[in-house]
Amino acid sequence: MKIIVLMKQVANKDAILRINKDATWIEEGDLSYEVNESDGYALEEALRLKEKHGGEVVVCSMGPQRVKAVIKDALARGADRAIHVVGDELTRLAPLPAARALAEAIRAEQADLIMTGLQSDDNGYGQTGVIVAELLGLPHATIVIELDASDDKLRVKRELENGWYQWYEMPRPALLTIQSGISQIRYATLKGIMAAKKKEIREVAPTSDMTSGAPDQRITKIYFPQKTKQTQFLGDGDAKAGAAQLAEKLRTEARVF
Amino acid sequence: MSAVAEEKKIIAGGSFLIEERTPEEIFTPEDFTDEHRMIAETTREFVDNEVRPATEELEQHNWQLARELIRKAAELGLIGVNIPEEYGGLGLDQTSGAIVGEMMGRSASFATTLGAQSGIGLTPIIYFGTEAAKQKYLPKIAAGELITAYALTEAGSGSDAMAAKATARLSADGTHYVLNGEKMWITNGGFADVFVVFAKVDGDKFSGFIVERQPGLTSGAEEHKMGIKGSSTTALVLSDVTTPVENLLGEVGKGAKIAFNILNFGRFKLGSMCSGGMKLMIREAVRYANERHQFGRPISSFGAIKAKLAEMAIRAWVGETLVYRTLGLIENAISGAQDSEAKLRGIEEYAAECSIIKVALSESCDFVADEMVQIYGGYGYSADYPAEGAYRDSRINRIFEGTNEINRMLIPGRIMKSALSGKLALLPAAQKLMDEVLSPTLGALDEDAGVLAVEAKLAAAAKKVALMTLGTAVQKYMTALAGQQEVLMGIADIIMDAYAMESSVLRAQKLVAVQGEEQSARHLDMVSVFCHDAIDRIETHAKQTLAAMSEGDELRTLLAALRRFTKRTPINTVAARQRIADVLIKANRYAY
Ligand SMILES: Cc1cc2nc3c(=O)[nH]c(=O)nc-3n(C[C@H](O)[C@H](O)[C@H](O)COP(=O)(O)OP(=O)(O)OC[C@H]3O[C@@H](n4cnc5c(N)ncnc54)[C@H](O)[C@@H]3O)c2cc1C
Repeated sequence: MKIIVLMKQVANKDAILRINKDATWIEEGDLSYEVNESDGYALEEALRLKEKHGGEVVVCSMGPQRVKAVIKDALARGADRAIHVVGDELTRLAPLPAARALAEAIRAEQADLIMTGLQSDDNGYGQTGVIVAELLGLPHATIVIELDASDDKLRVKRELENGWYQWYEMPRPALLTIQSGISQIRYATLKGIMAAKKKEIREVAPTSDMTSGAPDQRITKIYFPQKTKQTQFLGDGDAKAGAAQLAEKLRTEARVF
Repeated sequence: MSAVAEEKKIIAGGSFLIEERTPEEIFTPEDFTDEHRMIAETTREFVDNEVRPATEELEQHNWQLARELIRKAAELGLIGVNIPEEYGGLGLDQTSGAIVGEMMGRSASFATTLGAQSGIGLTPIIYFGTEAAKQKYLPKIAAGELITAYALTEAGSGSDAMAAKATARLSADGTHYVLNGEKMWITNGGFADVFVVFAKVDGDKFSGFIVERQPGLTSGAEEHKMGIKGSSTTALVLSDVTTPVENLLGEVGKGAKIAFNILNFGRFKLGSMCSGGMKLMIREAVRYANERHQFGRPISSFGAIKAKLAEMAIRAWVGETLVYRTLGLIENAISGAQDSEAKLRGIEEYAAECSIIKVALSESCDFVADEMVQIYGGYGYSADYPAEGAYRDSRINRIFEGTNEINRMLIPGRIMKSALSGKLALLPAAQKLMDEVLSPTLGALDEDAGVLAVEAKLAAAAKKVALMTLGTAVQKYMTALAGQQEVLMGIADIIMDAYAMESSVLRAQKLVAVQGEEQSARHLDMVSVFCHDAIDRIETHAKQTLAAMSEGDELRTLLAALRRFTKRTPINTVAARQRIADVLIKANRYAY
């Protein structure tokens, strides 16, 4: 089975973000970066499938040279080779042009399975993977938390709203977007790190017609969430009812459980 | 193989005092490869995800868990990093090993456990073990299946390790040794399987052995320690314990060579662990200072707190600089060395530098821990917050791997040994400097513009002062110098600061060359502040030692030279510290 994992490099979760001068993006100067969380889980699923069924895991990432860190990390964790779609401005593309560039970079690979995280931690569109599937004419499933590829079909478990799940059967090849936190991600062992040095990283440059053209979508302004304070009294004096309402709110609104 | 092919330039240990180096010549963290960075990341992930959350259980002496963690560390390659490939390790460079050590420093207890497992309890076997012993033990140690310990200290012999009373005698049939004695303070003593034990053959020939756990070898109760409570420390009683002759390390009577060489590795490792510990403490302290509000603002906005944060970062950065510069020297000397002997000579060459790292980093680590407590205020005194544990954990570093007193005395001691053996042209350099001191046309430190110009001159001045005090001491005391501890300690402090000043200037010059002055501004601030503070310290130490060694006209001449060497215009370190702190505060982490 040939599996391609699309992985994005995003700003470190702990970074203190500052907005750039024209309020269109964050200041990138001294940011540190990491792999997009759910993409890490996508890679882990891919590596587990390979362990079970054999085959090859190819990682593909897009962006300036700094994204090599994500690629090398994936190779160290066990991916077999990589495709790097190189370009300084590529990380800021809207989902459609981003998906076009990615789809063209991997089309010739004829993968059996393509996996991505369910969304990126920076833009959070949750669209890029789905559009890649569309461009490649493949079926897709989103927010996948479990999968079984033992025969030539795919059985996937999707997370729905409100604690509901769905088992879904689909043909291969296909594209799946993977939910975070569904497994224990393996470490890059020191052996893996040294072995990664010898693995292939193929650089490709997207053509300008993939990434330019009239933008379907662009960011006009970014800003920090405006904080407003609101007080609600729960339970109307009844502690037990208040506690129940609070638990409900924590679950459905704050989503801390 | 021809001898010529093997020859490469090895920089003499201690030569930093008398020779000039260029920025390209020194190794710095900026020289890490991608692989080094990934090794750091793997180790950090492992420690943060698996070890630190287990601290409480380890502190309750759950040694089964410690074993499991060691096994997991081994699976990742963290134990075998410097074990040769033919014995089941990865055989990676010393830098990789130091990076693992640095990241392990994020858990003081576990770093100590591993310091025995993959440091002092392992290295003697790699370098002094027989082929049979290496085949037998190394693969299992690398795999984390065997836990090791290093048993040198006894109740009556700590710093004076050679005064050990434990004995070994060869069996009548010559097949094995029988050991008896008691050891004290043995890290991993409670659960180790294999011990490197030092004992005297026939009561006088100090030697090293590998000894397996067996009925005659009993561990005492766990010591009730101030810190690193999640590491096992016990006494060991050996009564008629046996070990086969293949388990002799090196030669009978040559145990001192093992003990001292291993300490060089251990001191270096301790330094890298302190480096990692400091960075974590700074991160926690910055976060806390940003979150904690008093008088309606975050306490990180107060100058008093900023000054602390800045100084913590300076100590961490300078310490790290020392660790990796020295590592570069060791790596260069060891890599490509043909055999264990050559490798050992490689590290022994830098015994003085290893002692500097041990002392400087352990004291900086303590400083950082102390200020961390202070920044946390009352919460720093509470065991529910991280500062309290960090403070207690840090303290041991000044005691083990040779106390800081012993290590301080070793610094000038090792340098003088090289000088007297003719390996280091220190005495002629000191003589030349003394002539300069007496000449009326002594050049003073003129105010030079240009980036790092002043700091470079201060570093050069520091080296001169080190040479002047050391030269005066040698002239005055000759071979009796070893008995002049106060003078030696003062000189050690001067030498340490001189090495640190020069190293940080060279690292900053390298940064400027690579990324330009503007990008390096925050580092330039650190180097400026450090050099100006250090030269003040150096001047104080120099005055004290010179006044102890000379008097009258001679003293006046020396003090005049000292003044001229160190003449400087104070800079605004207050503003520089604020800028340094602001970088940390903005980044909300150790951002250097
Ligand atoms: C937690 C812990 C773990 C340890 N792990 C190990 C281990 O795994 N293996 C092992 O072999 N040992 C281990 N040790 C022992 C440690 O190395 C010794 O404690 C240390 O070497 C100091 O020896 P000592 O305690 O006997 O102190 P002493 O030697 O009695 O020193 C007491 C004081 O006197 C000073 N002093 C001693 N001699 C001189 C001198 N000549 N000149 C000036 N000052 C002097 C010292 O600097 C110190 O301040 C451990 C100790 C601890 C606390």
